[in-house]
Amino acid sequence: MFNTALTLSDLGFLAQGALMTLAVTAVSVAAGTVLGVIFGVVRNQVGPYWSAPLTFLLDVFRSVPLLIQLVLGNAFQSIAKLGWPPFTTSCVVLSLYTAAYCTEIVRGGIASVPPTTRRSARSLGMTWWQDMRYIVAPLATRVSLPSWIGLTLGVMKDSALVLWLGLIELLRASQVLVTRLQEPLLILMICGAIYFLISFPIARLGGYLEKRWSND
Amino acid sequence: MFSYTFHWNQALKALPQMLDGALITLQVALLSMVIGLALALALTACRLSGNRVLGGIAATWVEIARNTPALFQIYMAHFGLGNFGIHLSPYTALLVGIAFNNAGYLAENFRGALKAIPDTQTRAGRSLGMTPVQAFRYIVLPQMLRVAFLPATNQMVWAILMTSLGVTVGMNSDLAGVTQELNARSFRTFEFFALAAVIYYVIAKAVTLAARALASRLFRY
Repeated sequence: MFNTALTLSDLGFLAQGALMTLAVTAVSVAAGTVLGVIFGVVRNQVGPYWSAPLTFLLDVFRSVPLLIQLVLGNAFQSIAKLGWPPFTTSCVVLSLYTAAYCTEIVRGGIASVPPTTRRSARSLGMTWWQDMRYIVAPLATRVSLPSWIGLTLGVMKDSALVLWLGLIELLRASQVLVTRLQEPLLILMICGAIYFLISFPIARLGGYLEKRWSND
Repeated sequence: MFSYTFHWNQALKALPQMLDGALITLQVALLSMVIGLALALALTACRLSGNRVLGGIAATWVEIARNTPALFQIYMAHFGLGNFGIHLSPYTALLVGIAFNNAGYLAENFRGALKAIPDTQTRAGRSLGMTPVQAFRYIVLPQMLRVAFLPATNQMVWAILMTSLGVTVGMNSDLAGVTQELNARSFRTFEFFALAAVIYYVIAKAVTLAARALASRLFRY
């Protein structure tokens, strides 16, 4: 009744692909978040005029398709003779892409802290750093975390595009199996189920946090 | 470090071809947006209908669209449907994939927008003698569309960016496809794709500005 040529080792191959997806996502989100926090704080600190070049640059990352960015990144590294493997190139491009979105989130979070609260912190004798660390960071995190979770999931899904550079992640792995076994529907459904299983619980957590933290 | 000589002339000479591709990109994005909006309205209606089956279908659609990559959805339309003997051309597969994705995200936007409209308004409409459909059509819908307008604009920009994924299923008429084809002929990857990036940027910005202008005209009061 239900015949398939799919073997256990093929599933292992898919799992390896999923691990690659997770690895690319983890590296990119970690690096992108660090950059995003720095850029967000800088943008908040220097004001809209002085940060205009940075704003424009980050806007470019959000207005150009990721696929084009990846191809450009790869072409650039070969032109500059950096000799990066596809994994490094993918992570660098995805990190910048993540940073562009993360900057907006961080900026929004910092802007949501009432200026009066910050001024009272400063008038209590806190330094700028103490104000940032003990007043702004906890309040801004509360506002930003749900969107940050959304961003992480977005990057996880967008990381499928790194297959264009020849990296064998989840979607590419299933494509390889499709080419070999000629059972596109089944294999793609398994692939989709894996994406769904990774994404759905975290998306729900984000929704829960948003609801839980919004009314105060 | 840079022993590479850039040949921007070659890319600039291909500009008319790429602009033709950009038109196709816009066309796919607009079509997918129109279909997506219609589907999203239908999904929202299903969710509001109170019917278990319809609501379940709508919820499943939205969750799948939002929790799997857009590229996966396009692959599903292009390769997956082959199992049922349906063979879509790259253009159709791309359109189906993006429309599916748009519908899911827009339906979620609509749901958020509906929450912003107090239930009392519907009840007031009903007690004035409107039928449920009339109350929805004349009271809820106009307000919902207004709240959902800005997120929908963002979705439109997303749709434009997503059309670039068509190249992975063999699309060769949109901007990314044309660029890839030119690149395959000349190997001037950086020049061609940099020009494509500029065109995408201009399109995305133009759409955002147009939507903002439209919003300020539509929602003046």
